[in-house]
Amino acid sequence: MSDVVEKTLTALPSLLSLDPQPGSAKLSSTSKLGNLIRGITELTSKHEEEKLIQHELASIKDQVSSPNTSMRQMKELMVRAIYCESLGYEASFTYIHAIKLAQQGTALEKRVGYLAVSLFLNESHELLLLLVNTVLKDLQSTNLIEVCMALTVVSQMFPKDMIPAILPLVEEKLNHPKEIIRRKAVLALYKFYLIAPNQVQHIHNKFRKALCDKDPGVMTASLHIYLQMIQENPEGYKDLTASFVTILKQVVGGKLPMDFNYHSVPAPWLQIQLLRILALLGKNDQSASAVMYEVLDESLRRAEMNHNITYAILYECVKCIYTIHPKSDLLEKAAKCIGNFVLSPKINLKYLGLKALTYVVQQDPRLALQHQMTIIECLDHSDLIIKRETLELLFRITNAQNVVVIVEKMLEFLRVNTDDYTTIDLVGKVAELAEKYPSDTMSTVFSVGGDMMQPDIPNSFLKLLSEGFDSVEEDRKLRLFAVDSYITLLQKEPGKLPQRFLQVISWVLGEYSHLKDELEPTVVLKLLAKLLDMKHTSSETKSWILMAMTKLCEGGAEVSVVREVSETYSSSMDTVLRQRAHELQYLSQDSELRAKVLLRDNAVQTCCVAGSQVDSSLSFLDGFVSEALAAGAAPYKPPHQRQEELAQAKALSLEPYGLSLPMSMSSCSITDRQSPTLLSMSSGLSGDSAEISHKGGSTSLKLDGVKRVWGREGYLPQRAAVEEAAQVEVPCTLRSPSQQGDPDPEKQQLASLFFGLSSQSSVCLMGKPEPTPHRFRRKAKGVTDPTSSSLISTPSNVEKLLCNNLLDSNIASELAVSSAKQITELPQGLKTASCDVEAELTDIADIKQNNPSLIVDNGIVAAADEDPDRPKDLCLISHLPAELSELCHSEITPLCTIQSLVLSACHLQKEDSLVLAVFISNSSDSALQHIVSCVSDSPAEDFRGHSVVVYQYSLTVKRPSIHVSIEGTVSFQLPGEAPQAAQFSYKLPLTIFIRPLTVSTEEYGTMWLSFSHDTKQNLTLIGDGQEALTATLNVLKQKLQLHVVEIIGQEGILSCRLLQDQPCLMHCRVHAGTLAVWLRSPVPDLPDCLIYHCQRALQEY
Amino acid sequence: MQFMLLFSRQGKLRLQKWYVPLSDKERKKISRDLVQTILARKPKMCSFLEWRDLKIVYKRYASLYFCCAVEDQDNELITLEIIHRYVELLDKYFGSVCELDIIFNFEKAYFILDEFLLGGEAQETSKKNVLKAIEQADLLQEVSMLSSIDGFSWLF
Repeated sequence: MSDVVEKTLTALPSLLSLDPQPGSAKLSSTSKLGNLIRGITELTSKHEEEKLIQHELASIKDQVSSPNTSMRQMKELMVRAIYCESLGYEASFTYIHAIKLAQQGTALEKRVGYLAVSLFLNESHELLLLLVNTVLKDLQSTNLIEVCMALTVVSQMFPKDMIPAILPLVEEKLNHPKEIIRRKAVLALYKFYLIAPNQVQHIHNKFRKALCDKDPGVMTASLHIYLQMIQENPEGYKDLTASFVTILKQVVGGKLPMDFNYHSVPAPWLQIQLLRILALLGKNDQSASAVMYEVLDESLRRAEMNHNITYAILYECVKCIYTIHPKSDLLEKAAKCIGNFVLSPKINLKYLGLKALTYVVQQDPRLALQHQMTIIECLDHSDLIIKRETLELLFRITNAQNVVVIVEKMLEFLRVNTDDYTTIDLVGKVAELAEKYPSDTMSTVFSVGGDMMQPDIPNSFLKLLSEGFDSVEEDRKLRLFAVDSYITLLQKEPGKLPQRFLQVISWVLGEYSHLKDELEPTVVLKLLAKLLDMKHTSSETKSWILMAMTKLCEGGAEVSVVREVSETYSSSMDTVLRQRAHELQYLSQDSELRAKVLLRDNAVQTCCVAGSQVDSSLSFLDGFVSEALAAGAAPYKPPHQRQEELAQAKALSLEPYGLSLPMSMSSCSITDRQSPTLLSMSSGLSGDSAEISHKGGSTSLKLDGVKRVWGREGYLPQRAAVEEAAQVEVPCTLRSPSQQGDPDPEKQQLASLFFGLSSQSSVCLMGKPEPTPHRFRRKAKGVTDPTSSSLISTPSNVEKLLCNNLLDSNIASELAVSSAKQITELPQGLKTASCDVEAELTDIADIKQNNPSLIVDNGIVAAADEDPDRPKDLCLISHLPAELSELCHSEITPLCTIQSLVLSACHLQKEDSLVLAVFISNSSDSALQHIVSCVSDSPAEDFRGHSVVVYQYSLTVKRPSIHVSIEGTVSFQLPGEAPQAAQFSYKLPLTIFIRPLTVSTEEYGTMWLSFSHDTKQNLTLIGDGQEALTATLNVLKQKLQLHVVEIIGQEGILSCRLLQDQPCLMHCRVHAGTLAVWLRSPVPDLPDCLIYHCQRALQEY
Repeated sequence: MQFMLLFSRQGKLRLQKWYVPLSDKERKKISRDLVQTILARKPKMCSFLEWRDLKIVYKRYASLYFCCAVEDQDNELITLEIIHRYVELLDKYFGSVCELDIIFNFEKAYFILDEFLLGGEAQETSKKNVLKAIEQADLLQEVSMLSSIDGFSWLF
């Protein structure tokens, strides 16, 4: 068949220029288009073409806007407009008419209209909104072809926000009697799943129905969704493994109708899809893999025919076999298969063979050995793609013996390669190899890779050079070699070298040129000075060069060169250069100072080792900083934060005035943990951690109060300022780089700053009596090894917290967990002091002996009454501090058990917060040491036998998601044993973070207009008649704690907030027997999540 | 699949279908880059290309190049077969297809593609069924044309 096509196609292009007749015979109706196309092919110059098209467009424009143009003519015009657009000329005036054609045309006209829309517009085009109604109408049409058209356009492009409007109709189509409709509906849902997974979360069971559809085509379509979902969460679909295996068995066994055959292979697309799914399910899972072995074997056996399609299946099969839990005889067969691929004379198969080898070679390097001759041949293949893949393969099997050859080959490739993307990738790999197996190839890498490589490559190279290897002599040799080769390079033609390389060269010469005795510093200086004079040397490079010169000048002959240079640049426009020039000037004159500042050689080494002498916290600047701040200076902000704020200031404020969050927090929110100011402030805090809270945190209060009286939102309420004063920031950042693009980073920063804050302490600062009478002495053990380690330990704890995996989706949602510990303990983790500070602490997490009388003393009998039938819960609940024990608590769920340590948790709802209580009970007789719990960095403490410790954390949602989960670790140490750790997680629905928000209708109105994120959906009403709305809203009020603002006729408005202060508004209207709900909030994803819970709440009811 | 392009040996774009949202500018840049790269390749070279983080699968049929972009973990060979099946469909529909058919009836070529691939995934792989769906739609067009021209709408 394909031969025939090929022959015909080869014969025909000549006709295009010589004889247009046969082609035009086929055009009867679209003669105008035919004329246009023929006209264009006759033209010789681009200019003429442009003229013709402009003329054509003008005539189209005339006709489309004329009221007399019929839909049929419109269709014809649209086709011509598409043609003009495809030649690259804009015909945007036709877009609206394309939508009109889709709306009003019949059959083919409509089809052309839809086609034009899908070719002209993309997902975000505003005109698409006009298409929604047309799609709605066509989805409800009784004409199958119209429904098909609507489903096609929906799965091609549809505005994300409008999905809820058509979702019910598409869902309905899953039950359509025609399989073609069902299939298209499933694919449309797949598309929705890709662009807005939240929206289709509630119809997962319908996907399952599609999977069980009696038509294999519909089932195949549903596999796309499953592949996606399983990729995201393989654990959730293990139960389907056997079903997928059965399906594959039937397909391989030829049980499907002949229609599904492709070149007499049964349903190859389906087979490949299933193999990919099985690979995901069987990965790292022995029992799931065991189910698959038989069918995989069968697949390998059946796919014997010599055709591309069988190779496609074989390749997927091999990939699957190597991904799942290994089975030796299958691996053997798969290896043979790969061998056939690699040895095949067909270049496509060879390529795939190499790719498969790359994939498996880490598990089985012998396989590469078997084919080494072929691989070597491929290295010199004329096709760059083959070469590239071979290099990739070699990269994976590099060892100390072959590294030189492989790197040489890679560099060879780099020299001829022109594609930037590949260059960057490959340079990275060469650099990685060069670091792993040190050799002298880096010069070539730098000159070949040029300025395109990642900036960390030269850095790590320099680090490698300075830190050296095992033997001193080798280091010396390597450095000498570097100096030698760089001098030669500079003497030749330095103008061609990339900037990055010049920087590396100048650093190396500055550091190590003294190693070469016969080399005069003047020579080096002159070479460097020559570099400075070159036109295209960037100012960054220049400052590197100046620094190198500073290291080199030792007085004597070189002074004249230096003086000249420093004079030139000390008046430079560039401040950095000017500074370097001044440094050079001073240091070249004062040799004593120079010796002190610039340590040489071994001294450098010791300096590196004794890095601890460097006060990275810059604490010596503390005094200066606080003075400046007291004088009204603005606190330091890292550049990225400044930029963000700048960007935000430019945008319109969409936040409501009334609900300003504690904005003044951001004034001292230093989120970058590398920031020196941050460290210095916190070290200042930790120095006298015990007193600071009692002093009322005077310094920090001043900062906050002074600086941010007027925020972006206007005047900040005084109340907030007082509270913030207590909420001295904890030096940890919850921001991850990926979050930078979030629409409301400031808010997230804020949320992150709540980390480790204690509601208790703020109460305390505001002058209320201390709530807990239990006092005990405790040693602040801190960290036993001095200095820097403590600086590292805190962030690592924080990162643990950041790893909150979400349940069934990968929407990143993070919890800012604020520890309910006393503020006095917070800086402890950061504390640099090594001594054991004795501190008298008031702790709400009190340790008690298992002493029943205490329970009575604390007056928690009330709690006991609540749960008479759960003695264990009761027992744990009794350990809650008094002010919490009266709150309504959830069931206590066990988290994990390690040895005698049992962890369990429950959550308690407070009006303004959600408290998570974690119980740690030790049932053994022996005392435990160093219990470090949990979600946040609670301090280590000793823990006696048979006792219970309660930790409480107040939780805040940073980014809404349907469910949130908290992950944490507990680590402890038994006396005389190694430390142990266990991880646990705790899952919560979003609803428990929802609180009613009391606003008036007017306030509601202003807020509504200012919120940017919204979602709409139809929900089912409860009951019917006049009272249906009230009844439904009451259910929502009870179940989700929403506040009903007002109900007028068939409309109602509700409001709520997500802890702490993230509002969400809801507008409901009874329409055609359903409740049309519209949610708005300034927080992304909050409306989507809330609508889900509303739906659930009504369903459960 | 991320997108599909059809272009002639002269580098003229004949058909383009994008399954991922991209701006006009990006689309133009991508197609220009790819057309250049592919036209520069020799006939006996591999049908696969690595391009940015995508995998390009292309095949030449007479004067036309068919080119698809898939993700790295997708199966290249089956993508090649998708191209082949599409050519078979065109061939069957037009009756030994040539470039001219596609130039003059590009909207038909799009309809066939839409019936074969939906949202970037193969939805119907049976040649018979795809053509049946297309013919039904064509038939409907003729019927509606008839009715609108001759005033026989009451008949239908």
